[in-house]
Amino acid sequence: MSEATASRTTAPGSDGPMIEIDHLNKWYGSFHVLRDINLTVTKGERIVICGPSGSGKSTMIRCINHLEEHQQGSIVVNGVPMTNDVKRIEQIRRNVGMVFQHFNLFPHLSVLENCCLSQIWVQKKPRVEAEKTAMEYLERVQIADQALKYPGQLSGGQQQRVAIARALCMRPEVMLFDEPTSALDPEMIKEVLDVMIELAHEGMTMLCVTHEMGFAKTVADRVIFMDQGQIIEEAPPNEFFNNPRSERTQLFLSQILGH
Amino acid sequence: MTTDSTFRTEMIEAREAPNQSRGVLGWFRANLFNGPINSIVSIVVILLLARLVWPFLEWAVIDADWIGTTRDACTGEGACWVFISARFETIVYGFYPEAARWRVDIVFALLAILVAWLAIPGTPRKKWVALFTLTGFPIIAYFLLVGGSFGLEYVPTRAWGGLMLTLTIAVVGIVGSLPLGIILALGRRSKMPFVKGICVIFIEFWRGVPLITVLFMASVMLPLFVPGNLDFDKLLRALIGIMFFWSAYMAEVIRSGLQAIGKGQNEAGQALGLSYWHRTGLIILPQALKLVIPGIVNTFISLFKDTSLVLIIGLFDLLAIIRAGLTDSNWLGFSTEGYVFAAAVFWIFCFSMSRYSQYIERRLNTGHKR
Repeated sequence: MSEATASRTTAPGSDGPMIEIDHLNKWYGSFHVLRDINLTVTKGERIVICGPSGSGKSTMIRCINHLEEHQQGSIVVNGVPMTNDVKRIEQIRRNVGMVFQHFNLFPHLSVLENCCLSQIWVQKKPRVEAEKTAMEYLERVQIADQALKYPGQLSGGQQQRVAIARALCMRPEVMLFDEPTSALDPEMIKEVLDVMIELAHEGMTMLCVTHEMGFAKTVADRVIFMDQGQIIEEAPPNEFFNNPRSERTQLFLSQILGH
Repeated sequence: MTTDSTFRTEMIEAREAPNQSRGVLGWFRANLFNGPINSIVSIVVILLLARLVWPFLEWAVIDADWIGTTRDACTGEGACWVFISARFETIVYGFYPEAARWRVDIVFALLAILVAWLAIPGTPRKKWVALFTLTGFPIIAYFLLVGGSFGLEYVPTRAWGGLMLTLTIAVVGIVGSLPLGIILALGRRSKMPFVKGICVIFIEFWRGVPLITVLFMASVMLPLFVPGNLDFDKLLRALIGIMFFWSAYMAEVIRSGLQAIGKGQNEAGQALGLSYWHRTGLIILPQALKLVIPGIVNTFISLFKDTSLVLIIGLFDLLAIIRAGLTDSNWLGFSTEGYVFAAAVFWIFCFSMSRYSQYIERRLNTGHKR
């Protein structure tokens, strides 16, 4: 498939590594959720992570901004090694934007306030400037006209676009997407994917847990398949979809693409 | 070829809902008399209400005596409100020296202004007013009420009484127990075992003891433990006891709100790089407190009513001062008037709080929440 490479505007790997995950292991109690994960993401790279539910995909990307604590191994984000120190964690989180399956917008704040909150309190920006940045990004996800509404008054797709804008307002180096379209009605998936595709074309480093295989084919530099807490296969999209090497990957693909 | 499929060529325009309001008579017919059994029930209930309410109205309003200064004004037909009006000053100020009562007036007028300022939407500079209400005002109120400096006569707290004492206890209790309750609720959810342990022990201790016991302990037992002539004021001890007691309840009310906020809210805050206190103060608490407004106001109302328990440790609150008036040999036999009046005053305050809470709930509703 040629469109996978044709659509790239930024060559991946042009700069140093953005995320380095080395021998990452994590347990929930005695349950070994992440087993020896090694993954290096270069600046500007777009990575799609897929796999059956319970395979540890979400847990893995949630480790990158320390929403989940790991027990073994190391994570380095943009040159900053992850520790348990709160200041260090907050420093890393400022560089890492995250979009959740259930949007997690703040329902008591308007769309605009949702986007300004962390700019004002974390980046210490004056309100006027924060609002300007917020409107800029709301414009980009084409929802600026809803800025004064509350999240509860928007559709799922609109809420998710606000969530993306909210994360972008912090001008992160990396964006993590945790199944951003899984909670959406089918007719709203496209509006969110379009925003994500645009973002990818602008050269944002992205890690995306998703089942949207069309998205993976269009924008991903690498597709990672996980099962039982480990990385099973890692390949560029056309290789991954056309010529999967592991049996598990083949089975998984036949299940999700076979209908 | 024909098929079973159908399709629409024109969309249906939205129409107005059929008119359902039919005036007062229509409402009565639809809600009270829509069938023989309902009609009978309605009539019986209305008759019962009339039987109960009418004699009370007759006693309290129609046959009542309003004007006069002494017992001679009472004709004995209905209620004699002269009993209240003759001792109204005492009911409001207790034994506070007459010459200094203007100080009480100022404090409560100021409090009324501040509360109104904060309660009415749209008033400017709410933040500063709130800050003043919580910091400047208590200091001013303290110096005015207690006196002893700035050339003001010293008024010991044992001279305080009546409505003024009731309001003082209620306001201090409410203003003190809410922030303390918030801190306890947050502490109880802390991951730090020491903080959590202290909060759990505090809450469970105060919640497990009856308020009367707390008041007794504060007034009788505490002086036994405190060494020498270090003498806490009795009112101050009662205030601290009441504050701790109600803060434990408040903590559990607020904790129920905290638990209702999904984990995703905290995670979204974390992902944006917000610190614990920012997440708590800007994201979690505003939502949690909004959810538990009914519970918080419920606790306020309980607190307000239970201030009357201080009469057992010899403080003369509104109820106690009315009771004291009943033993006045000039005014024997007016206990019904006294208690009805006390009940009415308590009811007005509690009902206002209840209505305001409902109003604020509607106002804060940002709607359509998932």
